[in-house]
Amino acid sequence: MSAVSDLKKTPLFAVHSSLNAKLVDFGGWHMPVQYSGILQEHNAVRTAVGVFDVSHMGEIEVRGPEAAKLVDRVTTNNAAKLKPGQAQYSGLLYEHGGFVDDILVHKVSDTDFFLCVNASNQEKDFEHIRAHNAFGAEVVFASERYAQLAIQGPKALATLQKLTDTSLAGIKYYWFTDGTVAGAAARIAHTGYTGEDGFEIYIPPESAARIWGEVLRAGDEFGIKPCGLGARNTLRLEAKMALYGHEITASTNPYEADLGWIVKMDKGDFVGRSALEKVAQQGVTRKLVGFEMKDRGIGRDGYEVWTEGKPAGWVTSGGPSPTLNKNIGLCYLPSEKAVPGVAIQVLIRNAPVQALTVETPFYKRAKG
Amino acid sequence: MSYPETYKYTKEHEWLHVEGEQGTIGITDHAQHELGDIVFVDLPKLGAHITKGQTFGSVESVKAVSDIYSPVSGEVSAINELLSKSPETLNEDPHGEAWLIKVKLSAPDEMNGLMSAADYEKYVGAE
Repeated sequence: MSAVSDLKKTPLFAVHSSLNAKLVDFGGWHMPVQYSGILQEHNAVRTAVGVFDVSHMGEIEVRGPEAAKLVDRVTTNNAAKLKPGQAQYSGLLYEHGGFVDDILVHKVSDTDFFLCVNASNQEKDFEHIRAHNAFGAEVVFASERYAQLAIQGPKALATLQKLTDTSLAGIKYYWFTDGTVAGAAARIAHTGYTGEDGFEIYIPPESAARIWGEVLRAGDEFGIKPCGLGARNTLRLEAKMALYGHEITASTNPYEADLGWIVKMDKGDFVGRSALEKVAQQGVTRKLVGFEMKDRGIGRDGYEVWTEGKPAGWVTSGGPSPTLNKNIGLCYLPSEKAVPGVAIQVLIRNAPVQALTVETPFYKRAKG
Repeated sequence: MSYPETYKYTKEHEWLHVEGEQGTIGITDHAQHELGDIVFVDLPKLGAHITKGQTFGSVESVKAVSDIYSPVSGEVSAINELLSKSPETLNEDPHGEAWLIKVKLSAPDEMNGLMSAADYEKYVGAE
């Protein structure tokens, strides 16, 4: 663990301290893991609304006439197909097909792409994109210019709408628009990492503390809660959204991670493509699959998974599901076992505990 | 929450309350606070032998699992059944209703090395 003084802080650090947040070292950032408690925060997002400080996330801008070409060269999804104002989930890969990062690509205009990347990967991503910039595009490390809040839950729209003139109902899922929130310039994206409806807003760091306060006031009538990384993790796990360093790493490829849908082989060449072609031909040897604990115990990240009396894989993420009231997780298993309905054992402190592979996502919101 | 003065405390954040030959073991308020929402408690079986300084069970919160170390050696004479149904009681009343196990002490002298309530408060204050 780093010394506390070495940790990076978001513009909301003082606010979190004043709210008695429990702060932890998260990839070199001093971040709130919880305020009132993970269960309460989780339930607030599923039933009403919660707000997260995700200012640690990185932003990279790719600009110029050849911007789309560079983005399409370094990502797996089809950026050229995006319309201005549209966002997409995508992968940045190494030549060998493993993940550099998973990212959100926002197309602002034909000559301006805005990438939201993972906090602990941002410098690496920036260098990776620059190294593949054979197009003369401008690549800008923009993290210092943005704070980011995620407002998530069935009452997210009603909460945020009080603070903006932009009609939020007019922003389709995975679209975004530039407007204002509480009088400050804001990029408002209809995206999220919770499996719930909601918005992510990119705002000036100097306005972040004020906007955070305004969001809490606007959501007060709905029972809004400030939410930490603990709830963010249980929410995204229920929705089976990947977390870098867990489901996806430099040594896992998109097909193994059940993310084949973000790989568009028909779009032309991209970094990692030839490796993925081989994988597609040969088939994957291991695959990500969801599981539920059947006996008492919680399978957690890194625990070994056994089938038929032999070690077969490992848990990438696991824990209690507050919404389903079950202990759930994701694990890598040999492809033939990575289907629902297979009895597995998770090795919990050297004792095998029964679990069963299941369909994912574990939780899917009812769409209104 | 204050730490009962009749209890003894470990550096691993367990407490021990000795009455005659029997000791009751739990985790401290500081421990439950650090863990957050507790969802599962794994305890030994009745009659099991536990050894001072060794782990005899675990407490799981939403975000983490933490081993419980025994402050003394002895034989488990009771386990708190309440915790299998309502593990969250550990967040609410860690020094009372949510005790973990009772043991018949095999070496009562072992408790001499444990901290007093005042020392423990200083210890967690400095941690």
